[in-house]
Parts: sequence; C-alpha cells; structure tokens
Amino acid sequence: MKRLFKTYLEKPELAGLILLVLLIILFQVRSHGVFLNQDNLRGILGILPEAGLVAIGVTILMISGEFDLSVGSVFALMPMTMAVLMVHGWPFPLALLAGLLVSAAIGFINGYITIRFAIPSFITTLGMLFMARSLTVVVSGGFPPLLPADLPNWLFTSFVGPGNMFRMSFLWFAAVALLTSLMLSRTNFGNWIKATGGFLPAAAAMGIPTARVKIVCFMLCSVLSGFAGMLQVLRLGSPLPSIGEGMELQAVASAVIGGASLLGGIGTVMGGIIGTTLIRVIDNGLVLSHVDANWFKFAIGFLTIFAVVANAWMRKRAKAIKMEG
Amino acid sequence: MSDAIISVRDLHKWYSGVHALKGVTLDFKRGEALGLVGDNGAGKSTLINILSGVHRADQGEIKVEGRAVSIATPRDAMDLGIETIYQYNSMVPTMSIARNLFIGREPTRFSVLGVGILDQKKMAEESVRAIANVDLHLRSPDALVGELSGGQRQGVAIARAMHFKSKVMILDEPTNHLSVKETNKVIGFVRGLKEQGVTGVFISHNMHHVFECCDRIVAMARGEVVLDKRIGDTSIDEVHGVL
Ligand SMILES: Nc1ncnc2c1ncn2[C@@H]1O[C@H](COP(=O)(O)OP(=O)(O)OP(=O)(O)O)[C@@H](O)[C@H]1O
Ligand SMILES: [Mg+2]
Repeated sequence: MKRLFKTYLEKPELAGLILLVLLIILFQVRSHGVFLNQDNLRGILGILPEAGLVAIGVTILMISGEFDLSVGSVFALMPMTMAVLMVHGWPFPLALLAGLLVSAAIGFINGYITIRFAIPSFITTLGMLFMARSLTVVVSGGFPPLLPADLPNWLFTSFVGPGNMFRMSFLWFAAVALLTSLMLSRTNFGNWIKATGGFLPAAAAMGIPTARVKIVCFMLCSVLSGFAGMLQVLRLGSPLPSIGEGMELQAVASAVIGGASLLGGIGTVMGGIIGTTLIRVIDNGLVLSHVDANWFKFAIGFLTIFAVVANAWMRKRAKAIKMEG
Repeated sequence: MSDAIISVRDLHKWYSGVHALKGVTLDFKRGEALGLVGDNGAGKSTLINILSGVHRADQGEIKVEGRAVSIATPRDAMDLGIETIYQYNSMVPTMSIARNLFIGREPTRFSVLGVGILDQKKMAEESVRAIANVDLHLRSPDALVGELSGGQRQGVAIARAMHFKSKVMILDEPTNHLSVKETNKVIGFVRGLKEQGVTGVFISHNMHHVFECCDRIVAMARGEVVLDKRIGDTSIDEVHGVL
C-alpha cells in the first residue's frame, strides 16, 4: 500500500492512465470491437493532436502556477490571421511565422499583465478570451476568407504511417510532447517551472527569475494553442472564426484529470495528454455505444470532479502514511 | 576593520511611510556566530532581507570583504557567498531533496543561454554528500521535501548553503514551530558553522537559544541597533533590559 502511494505521488498521471485503459476495454466490448478498429482509431488519432497540443501548453502553465482561459480564442485567431495574410498574398511560411508571433504576443501580454499588476491570471486571460475572439471575427471581415489551394498539407494533415494510421499532425504532436516532457523533467528550466509553481517565495529566494519563467510558460501555451488551431483549420479546410470555443475548459479538465494540481508545482505533460485522450475516447466511445451524445459533457464534468477529489484524497492518505512511518 | 566579512554603514529602509531601518551600522566578523535579537517589528528581517537581495536599502553602504557591493537580487547575494535560510520559504515541498538542493544552480550539460540538460548523476551524488556532510540522516535524496519534518527541512537548507560554500549563513528564525529536539539540532548546526569557517547570523526570539550558540549578540529596537556585545560580556537580563 505504501509503495502504491509513493508511486502515485511521483506519477500523478497514473490514475488517469488506469482509467483510460479501463474505458478503452469497456468501449471495445460495448461497441462489439468497432472502437479499436483501424477506421475509428484513425478518426481519434486524427483530431487528438489539436486538443492535445493545447492541453500540453495549459498543463505546463498550470505547473508554473497560472491559468490560461484564452487558449480557445488564440486557437481561432492564429489561423484566421494566417488566412487573412495569405489572402493578401503572403506566402504560407511567412503567414505561419506571423501567426505564431501573434500567438506569442498574446501569451506575453497575458503573462506581463498578470505579473505586473499582480492580478489572477484567471481574470487576465478571461479578458483575453473575449478580446482575441472578437479580433478573430473582426479580422475575418464577417465571413471566413478562402484558403489558397497550394497549402503544405503534406506537412501537417496528410495521412502517413502503416495503414495510413496517423496524420502528419500526430507527428508534430508527438515531437512537441517529447520535447516539452524532456524540458520539464530533464532541464534546469523545467526545474524552475516546478519550483515557481510549487512554492513561489522559495523559488524567488533562490534567485529564480520567476516572472520570466511564468511569462515564457504563458507564451509557450499561446503558441501551442495557435499552432493547434492552424492544424484544425488545415484539416477542415476553412478558417471558421468560431473554432476552439469551450476548448479552454476542456484543456483545464485534461490537465486536472491527468493529475496536474490547480495550485501549481505538480503535473506532467504525459498527464495532460492522458487527460485529453480520455476526453476524446469518451466522446467517441459514447457515440459508438449508442449513448445519447448529450451525456458527453456530463461525463467530462463528472470525471473532472472525480479526478480532483481522488487526487486530494490520495495526497492526504499518502501524507498520513508518511506521518505514521 | 579587516576581519569584517560584511560591513554595513548607515543603512536606511522605508516601507511606504514606515521607517524600518534608521541608520544601522554593523560589522559581521569573519567566522563569528552573531545572534540578532529584538522585538517584533524591530527591523531584523528587514536588515537581512537587504543583505540577501530580497529588498534594497534606500540609503547606506554595504561592503563585502572590504569591497563596496550592490545587492540587487537574491542571486547577487548568493554569488557573494551570502546564503539565507528562512523560517518557511527555503524549500519547495513538491520537489525532491536533490532537486531542492540545486534550485537555481543546477549543474547542466551543454547549456545554451543558461538553459541546459540537468546533470542528474552529479545532482544525485552531490546531494548524498551534501546531506551527509551536515550529519543529516535521510533515506534518499529522491524523497519529497514535503515529506520531511520542519527540522529536517532546515537541515537540508543548511546542507544546501554549505554545499555552495557560503561564507555567510543567515538564519531568520529557523527554529520557529520546531520541536525541542529539532531545535537543538538546528542550534547544533549553527555551532558547527564556526568549525567550517562560516560566519553565522542567527535570528531568534528565544534568548536562551542565542546565548547557547552565538559568540556575539546584537539587539535591535525600532530600526536601530541598541546593544552590541560579546556573549561573555552580557547577560540575558541586560539584553531584555534594552529591548
Ligand atoms: N514588506 C513590507 N512592507 C511594509 N512594511 C514592512 C514590510 N516588511 C516589514 N515591514 C515593517 O517594517 C518594520 C520592521 O519589520 P521586520 O520584519 O524587519 O521586523 P522583525 O524584527 O523581523 O520582526 P519579527 O521579529 O516579527 O520578525 C515593521 O514595522 C514592519 O511592519
Ligand atoms: Mg522577522
């Protein structure tokens, strides 16, 4: 029992992973084997990178002790910026760069205002949620601009791999997941992020530039969200100004289901990915099991509360066991 | 005053209207354990926060080993060999002992612009040694700091300061909320500093603790130094008298 709790403290994403495996088995049985067949898996893996990249950013930011509610709006604004620029004749790579810069700038503003005025990031990014969404609609000019025909889809959305199992976006997602994961666990910067979110006064007293660390996390979160939005637009073929609505809360749910602490300091990239996968699996599995699709949000909500309660309980138990021994 | 490792001249600090330090002049002598006492709000923490780079003085001069210095950030203080251990904010409870020991000063391989890959092997080895050096008995450097008792945490903080070869170790009320046994351990650490050639500054409200482990006592009241004597030349009663 002790060992179990110790493992849990070291790997907060473990509970989510177990749940994920159980759900996959359940849906596989309920759907009479359709769930894990190639077509269905392709569908899930094809859209997972979009929500997954956002969840990675939100998870890392949460570990540093902050929130971002504007990710869904940045998700729409970034590709809209690109589309409008391309309509004006910008080549794709330049438009991509501009889109990423806009995303980074929004992340910077979120972070700078939060820290400079010592206000909760919940408020700053709530404001940004509305502002960035509004900007998206304004720059779109009311109706979605037409994307040029010669987009590098081969680099972002084409199917690849054995049996054309994955889209290219999945490879981007895997690479980002690997790099951010390594950054968090293997670099000194990752140490600073965890220290900043774990206990800010100690991090500051040890000379860590906590403001800069947080601002970098805000920027990373925005850039990943913008990039994810572009992937979705390339997949759908049209830059709708309404994409990404409600995404911010799903991303927070993913992070939390994956074991990240709302108070900062605890969490892993893998956890955020497991959380996202769980949400996608539930979404897909409910449909396949012929359950009324309106239960989806109920399931996500329940899971989120359940995950946080379970995490709090596990932490308390783990602590109690330590006190005894 | 060649034996002063830090000398402070006419230091003033205002906190929006509150004159917290009113011209403090003080020499911290090399290898000495100095006890800093005074009532709540006397300005003890303000003084050491300035020395550790958390706050900046509004006026006055600080010399470290005879050289005038400007301590703008905690990093500046650490680079000058000044390490500070606070009552609470020394450790990140959600991180392991090994990680905590190196926060902000992680050994890295191939770093670019200050960001690099952690040398985890070195961190593990050195943390074992650092902990052993202060005679702290812990199961493993991978244990989370949140699992340690208050006294063990202070022990790790001291191990960290020793490991980075601090010249001056400031302890601001390190024994608050510790059991008697753990308090004694911390006092033992402070006593041990002298053998290692480290200057200690020990802040406490408990006069007995200060008299037990310090060579010299400095009392502050209302932002000023009101007494500065060798332990042998004064008594608890005299110190209480001036506060
Ligand atoms: N960050 C701050 N902002 C405003 N006023 C402050 C701040 N820190 C300290 N003060 C004020 O400065 C004065 C000196 O406080 P300081 O913390 O240095 O006292 P202290 O001797 O450490 O007291 P204690 O024994 O309670 O720790 C007090 O009047 C206090 O209210
Ligand atoms: Mg104090």
